[in-house]
Amino acid sequence: MYRYDEFDARFVKARVAEFRDQVERRLTGSLTEDEFKPLRLMNGLYLQLHAYMLRVAIPYGTISSRQMRMLAEIAERWDRGYGHFTTRQNIQFNWPKLRDVPDILDALASVEMHAIQTSGNCIRNTTSDPLAGVAPDEIEDPRVTCEVIRQWSSLHPEFTFLGRKFKIAVSAAEEDRAAVATHDIGLYIVRNDAGEVGYRVLVGGGQGRTPMLARELRAFLPKADLLPYLEAALRIYNLHGRRDNKFKARIKILVHELGIEEYRRQVEAEFARIDRDAIAAPAEEVSRIAAYFAPPDLPVRPAEDAAFERALKTDPAFAAWVAQNTHDHRAQGYRAVTVSLKPVGGVPGDATAEQMRVLADLAERHSASELRVTHEQNIVLPHVALAGLYKVFRGLAGAGLDAPNRGLVTDIIACPGLDYCALATARSIPVAQAISRRFADPRRQAEIGPLSIKISGCINACGHHHVGHIGILGIDKAGVESYQITLGGHAGADASLGERTGPGFAYEEVPGVIERLVERYLELRSSRRETFLQTYRRVGMEPFREALYEPAL
Amino acid sequence: MSLLFDRDGELANPWNRIEGDAPLPDGAVIVDLERLGSVDHAPLGVHIPNNTDPALLVGDFGRIALISVGFPGFSDGRGFSIGRQLRALGFAGRLRASGPVIVDQFAYLLECGFDEVEIPDAVAERQPLELWRAALARAEHAYQRGRQGARSSILDARRARNA
Ligand code: SF4
Repeated sequence: MYRYDEFDARFVKARVAEFRDQVERRLTGSLTEDEFKPLRLMNGLYLQLHAYMLRVAIPYGTISSRQMRMLAEIAERWDRGYGHFTTRQNIQFNWPKLRDVPDILDALASVEMHAIQTSGNCIRNTTSDPLAGVAPDEIEDPRVTCEVIRQWSSLHPEFTFLGRKFKIAVSAAEEDRAAVATHDIGLYIVRNDAGEVGYRVLVGGGQGRTPMLARELRAFLPKADLLPYLEAALRIYNLHGRRDNKFKARIKILVHELGIEEYRRQVEAEFARIDRDAIAAPAEEVSRIAAYFAPPDLPVRPAEDAAFERALKTDPAFAAWVAQNTHDHRAQGYRAVTVSLKPVGGVPGDATAEQMRVLADLAERHSASELRVTHEQNIVLPHVALAGLYKVFRGLAGAGLDAPNRGLVTDIIACPGLDYCALATARSIPVAQAISRRFADPRRQAEIGPLSIKISGCINACGHHHVGHIGILGIDKAGVESYQITLGGHAGADASLGERTGPGFAYEEVPGVIERLVERYLELRSSRRETFLQTYRRVGMEPFREALYEPAL
Repeated sequence: MSLLFDRDGELANPWNRIEGDAPLPDGAVIVDLERLGSVDHAPLGVHIPNNTDPALLVGDFGRIALISVGFPGFSDGRGFSIGRQLRALGFAGRLRASGPVIVDQFAYLLECGFDEVEIPDAVAERQPLELWRAALARAEHAYQRGRQGARSSILDARRARNA
């Protein structure tokens, strides 16, 4: 993975010093609260319902054992002993004190981490495929591009006071595991007819109150043009994106109002005018970065392992977990392991300091000291040998991290909602917990198959409910929480936005509602192989609507 | 009143900003964009709001010595892109950022092509010149290329290191 050189290290240190100074200037009154707010946001510091929240960047979700241990230490020393992994592949600490924050940032800097631009109206952490560099179906490691973008977008002089936040995702695989079409700019690494590798550029995706899937801006962009093209695309947005209404300020609204053709025309005109050579990352810089993402030196292994086969036969829990939570690895004799942070009844994405240490240790011993955070709020150990899988499983089980539910009904994404968030109109986490308890039986989960439930506690949609196979949106209806259900959303390469079923449901009703939907799916599916999403796409909304509203009629 | 300065310190302001159709005094004047086409004056400057298309000014570059770009609020970052565009279009005169910008934006302004900054007194009272100087002294490195200005480029430094 990427390692800081002296310049990266100095850059992050300087940023911490700058933030100390900003806090100081706020305290002396040199900065007003209005002026201080965007500055603290750009350093990851939010004011939540009960306390400050610090969001730490985990660039494109890649993190080392050493860094994970530091997160554990921060959780213990300056927070309440846990952290929360987010849908942006970052981690949030929910209870830091303002005066401790510069010290926390120093601690992070000591392990090459920071909180720069994890919030605010600027370019946020670039997200990517959690199986980058591992998956057999990828053209190249997308994290090289992510790191080039991370550096370019850090304290960019022109794009640090945008109209609204700006999110970029990169995927290089056939299967889109990065929800590319829901981003302000989405990049697919592709090969053109001439066999050259470049980018297919999408623009204008986003969730929130006006969900939109991104449209194609450029079918093929040569690699060398990446940064100049991004500058052109961002410049048009910075100049012409709406600033009169916070809810219409994302680039998706600009693209929608101008039309994709007109936006494209303006971007291309700007791009033609830009001095590309002056802006592009030099080829040697890209290769310098690429060298850090060379595959780790994994010992050569046989394709099969007798002890592993034996464990599969003798321990059915292990077999179920292997079937559900591991993924093919490009190297023979290895698997990528998804560690679920969704135990039955747990808070999606939360991990205790103790669990973080267990993960760090297991990664050190069995996964080349590397971990990934997924946008589904789980953790991946990317390089586990078949021979080590059972040990990893036992280690995880000892820490309550062995839920065999990746991609299943209990692998729920939920935003913080009313438990933490100042904007929330409804609870989100307790809804996830109640659904998870309702479907606790692992056999039943396996029987139901792939199903993604996503929950947001207000229309800002941080829980990505628009792209959940089942989406749940909590709103406030005359002082009472009401939950609207959407069906058919999906975040993959064939992305779609969910459709509303009809009137909302009371808080207590939600688990029963989900159960009725699932039961109806089980009746409707053409075979065990037809997933919830496929069934929904085949039969449409009506049969599901009946299952929800018929009894009341 | 306002405070005017550049990277080297406070500047006397020789420019007279003339709003609307008020008669033009002798000496350097800054007129509104609407009036630009109808005045024949030197030295001439123009003030543009931050929703102006810089391309409209290209024909006048030869006779304008200064362009003042309005920053209605520090969090409205359109002016940064306008600065960049004006420079890309070939404007070689003096570029001024005018409005309640903050210390933390000084380096960015310089890097987007601005030469000088004019802040209202109310901001200057809270953010005196020393703070602007200190912010610039602290701004050391930037990752981007293609800037002119305050911070040196990490990418160029890496190149030099490896040469
Ligand atoms: S969706 Fe709403 S409640 Fe949930 S985290 Fe976002 S802003 Fe807060």
